[in-house]
Amino acid sequence: MGGAETGRAGGRAVDLADITIAFSVAQGTYTAVERASLSVDAGEFVAIVGPTGCGKSTLLNVAAGLIAPAAGRVSVFDKPLDRVNRDAGYLFQSDALFPWKTALDNVAIGLDIAGVERGEARTRAQALLHRVGLAGFANRYPHMLSGGQRKRVGLAQVLIRDPKILLMDEPFGPLDAQTRQIMGNLLLDLWNADRKAVLFVTHDLEEAIALSDRVVIMSAGPASRIIGNWKVELPRPRDIAEVKLERAFHELHREIWQVLKSEVMKGYTQAGAA
Amino acid sequence: MSRLTLLALQVLVAIVAIAIWQFFTHVPINGRLWLDPFFFSKPFDVVERIWRWFVTGTVWIHLWVTLVESMLAFVVGSLAGTLIGFWFARQPLIAAVFDPYVKMMNALPRVVLAPIFVLWLGLGIWSKVALGFTLVFFIVFFNVYQGVKEVSPTVLANARMLGMGERQLMRHVYWPSALSWMFSSLHTSVGFAVVGAVVGEYLGSARGLGYLIQQAEGIFDVAGVFAGMFVLAAFVILIDALVTVVERRLLVWRPVANEARA
Repeated sequence: MGGAETGRAGGRAVDLADITIAFSVAQGTYTAVERASLSVDAGEFVAIVGPTGCGKSTLLNVAAGLIAPAAGRVSVFDKPLDRVNRDAGYLFQSDALFPWKTALDNVAIGLDIAGVERGEARTRAQALLHRVGLAGFANRYPHMLSGGQRKRVGLAQVLIRDPKILLMDEPFGPLDAQTRQIMGNLLLDLWNADRKAVLFVTHDLEEAIALSDRVVIMSAGPASRIIGNWKVELPRPRDIAEVKLERAFHELHREIWQVLKSEVMKGYTQAGAA
Repeated sequence: MSRLTLLALQVLVAIVAIAIWQFFTHVPINGRLWLDPFFFSKPFDVVERIWRWFVTGTVWIHLWVTLVESMLAFVVGSLAGTLIGFWFARQPLIAAVFDPYVKMMNALPRVVLAPIFVLWLGLGIWSKVALGFTLVFFIVFFNVYQGVKEVSPTVLANARMLGMGERQLMRHVYWPSALSWMFSSLHTSVGFAVVGAVVGEYLGSARGLGYLIQQAEGIFDVAGVFAGMFVLAAFVILIDALVTVVERRLLVWRPVANEARA
């Protein structure tokens, strides 16, 4: 099992230390995550994998500053985080675009808010739409776009602010297999250009290995912990379809799956019992 | 089905209905007319009456008055409904305090208020505007309130992650959502504005379509009553068509519910 930190230049983008997340529910308190520690270096692509309901998305929300942990410390570039994480862009699992704005306006909104002049914001948004392959769709409203196209707009919307950290919550979950692969390659392309720190949540182990530098496994909830940490030493740049054919990929997949499998089974038993 | 066929069928319904009406007011069956012209008038009498109204121009002032009353009720009611709906949705404490009173007011049949408005505001247009206002206000109020409350939590979280503060959330998230709900109730609220105006006129006024109908009823002039009803119906259809045009422009971003059918 790997797990040694490389300590790249730029330091730690996100550092979650001993994070416990709890919610009050009718029966008392529900502990979603217990004493989880995880850090992402600047420029590092980390994937969190875990069974359904293990609290991996919740952990991501803590890194985003949308939820305050019950215990533990969150730091972003060595500064404690006490509000919404302004260094991070967040790509959500479900539709998060503004339905009343066109694709172009949806992408430009981040700049509008930052006070960038309207015309310039539109020019930059158009350029980014071009980069995600939607140059001809600027004036479409979200409902006129397919699921994959909406994800592209979402990606552009997040990237236009040029965040140092990308947080992604099963962003390609609702898409079909082919579209997922295309979106994965698009993401890797965009990421390769400037290597942001990425924290990518998914339940798909193959996707996690194909995309990331490091795979983190969480145990089944409640009170899930981080139970494993593997470095992915596959060469970059990668093509998602091709990298899955490599032997190193399979070996790593088998190794991680040994650990993940029992957690997934636990997750199912608990879901069945509940 | 093509639009032309549809239109033809729609016209056919009118022709058949009028033909039945014509038949039973003119042809006796078993020695008597099934529809007594005293109570049901006759199609051509009604057409002739409408024709005379428009040719002599006596109907225009009534149409104009009803239109002005409806529009005023709609504009003032929508404005107040939007502002207060928005305010309540953003201030849960205020909403909770006023909740029983809002429900009470809304449960009240507005017709009973008409005499009070006449007493307060006189027989002119303002008592009708007030009646229409009480109808429009609640529709818009509930829709805007809902619109602000039902903003998707994901969209909201996304907005915050994109750096929006409270004021920007208002402008880019809550406001468009509330307006979209308001616009989606446009047909209902415009319709109720007209209802308020006509009922108000009916209960006491000197002008308007409601007045026209009420006058005709007062002297058992059934042709006049029917003529008034048809003019009113045409007026409402016209306004509704106008609303549809406005709606299409304002809600382009919305998926059309029956898109799949076309």
